[in-house]
Amino acid sequence: MNDKIAIKVDDLTVAYNFKPVLWDVDLSIPEGVLMAIVGPNGAGKSTLIKAMLDIVKPIAGTIEIFGEPYKKQYKKVAYVPQKGSVDWDFPTTALDVVLMGTYGSLGWIKRPGKTQKKRALEALEKVGMLEFRSRQISQLSGGQQQRVFLARALVQEASIYIMDEPFQGVDATTEKAIVNILKELRKSGKTVVVVHHDLQTVPEYFDWVTFLNVKKIATGSVKDIFNDDNLTKTYGINYKVSVLQ
Amino acid sequence: MSVQEYFSLVVTDYTLRTITLGTAILGIVCGMLGSFAVLRKQSLLGDAISHAALPGIVIAFLISGAKNSNMLLIGALVSGLVGTFWISGIVKKTHLKSDTALGLILSLFFGFGMLLLTFVQKMPNAQQAGLDKYLFGQAATLVESDVWLMAIVMGVSLLVLLLFWKEFKVQHFDPDYSKSLGFNTRFLDVIMTTLIVLAIVIGLQTVGVVLMSAMLLAPAAAARQWTNNLGIMIFLAAVFGALSGIFGTAISATSNNLSTGPLIVLVAAVFVVISFVFSPGRGLLFREIRHWKNRNDLQLHKTLHFMYEIAKTHEDISHPHKVKILNNFQGYTRNSLKNLEDREYITVDGAMWSLTQKGYNKAMNLYNQQENSYD
Repeated sequence: MNDKIAIKVDDLTVAYNFKPVLWDVDLSIPEGVLMAIVGPNGAGKSTLIKAMLDIVKPIAGTIEIFGEPYKKQYKKVAYVPQKGSVDWDFPTTALDVVLMGTYGSLGWIKRPGKTQKKRALEALEKVGMLEFRSRQISQLSGGQQQRVFLARALVQEASIYIMDEPFQGVDATTEKAIVNILKELRKSGKTVVVVHHDLQTVPEYFDWVTFLNVKKIATGSVKDIFNDDNLTKTYGINYKVSVLQ
Repeated sequence: MSVQEYFSLVVTDYTLRTITLGTAILGIVCGMLGSFAVLRKQSLLGDAISHAALPGIVIAFLISGAKNSNMLLIGALVSGLVGTFWISGIVKKTHLKSDTALGLILSLFFGFGMLLLTFVQKMPNAQQAGLDKYLFGQAATLVESDVWLMAIVMGVSLLVLLLFWKEFKVQHFDPDYSKSLGFNTRFLDVIMTTLIVLAIVIGLQTVGVVLMSAMLLAPAAAARQWTNNLGIMIFLAAVFGALSGIFGTAISATSNNLSTGPLIVLVAAVFVVISFVFSPGRGLLFREIRHWKNRNDLQLHKTLHFMYEIAKTHEDISHPHKVKILNNFQGYTRNSLKNLEDREYITVDGAMWSLTQKGYNKAMNLYNQQENSYD
């Protein structure tokens, strides 16, 4: 981690049909952190990252990626959506999905070639899915599908990785594999932002955390701010870190 | 005229050739574009657009006062596009789900179109006769210029799909991700929707407002059953679409006065039924066979496992045992015993059976998850 700010969110307010989902959120994510966004259901976690990715239009506020709007920086950002957000019966293979990660840098019209295919295969190998490269994606298990999504993001060779619940519905082996890759990414200086549900594993997996419940409750290093006070403020009931472990 | 005569006539007869070519090209266009509508889970969109085109046709007639097919097509195009953008507008601006918006626009536009149609039919203008043919289509009215228009739409669609192949692929699989990659997803959506509207409009004269959506959906739904590759799926959908057009026209031409549009749709439906039953990967028949085979295997495994439990108490695993000790609950039938013998898992000697080494190994690993998980 250094002093450079990777993602800066200013006064962000997002509403669906007049109901505010995010209210006046300010957030600075330093470069090189491995950050969890935690909060109860409906806290606006997914919306926050979708706003960062310019998928959701805010009512007010700005978001900067390394000091510039997303439109100018999209090549530096890789997104791992929720596994359940796509139809896995789509007629395509694991390798083909991973190749999609190269589309952004290729730009319009140009097709992926040998270089791109090689990179996609490398990414598949990294997530332990090389032998499944030709498999139709609906015939993969939930954990394998999540690995394919991760590989697709790895291919982008981005500086910032934004992931929506990558541990949802995966088994312990896949969870370990994903965590190792996240830690590797951080080691190589990347910034990783993860919407996370399992409070127990926050101190083990992450070094930075943001508490969110429509408003931002707190953000900072896990060591400093992952405490009873912030958990209670975010989840509304009396939470104790000691009970989690 | 028999179907054989028909196919020899197609080559020589100008009218038949024109109609057959027209319906075949229409099938190709609809198959290609319909694949994307099906994958996008927007199957109903085509239905809404085609119904929304009706008021446009009648209004174009009212304005021009003549049944010029190009004018009517422009009318259909405009009101089809208006309907489409109202649908997306409703979805964006209200709480309504897209199926509700589709249904609303479909019935609103179609109702208005029917109203106008009955109004026009009461007018003294003799020109209006036959305007109601747009409801179910009339392929016989196709002329060469119509076919040219269809061919142009086919060429444009093919070109656009080839150019933006990877963009459409990622867009239809994962639109949010596509946006995060920096693609202008609105632009892609507008292009695809416009192409679909165009395909519907050129098909109205042949297949009609009411059945047009089947032309988009049926070939695509049939094609999906045969392949797990997007490119092959679109190719197959185009082939199924073309064959539906050709055979629909052939049947119509050989059996007096049967309406072409509904026949084309019915042929397409036959492709769907065949695909749903007989396709190897996803078809009902093969699924049933696999299911049945698996159940049989499980039954055998149960018996084999029971035998293993007995055999492993003996020093010699091939020690013979009485068949009598097996019972129904263990999955034992005369057949299962024979099956096990065929697979060389056991040997049977009169009223005695004994496990072979192969059967012993198989039984030992039967419930070992690690070993079996990936085969």
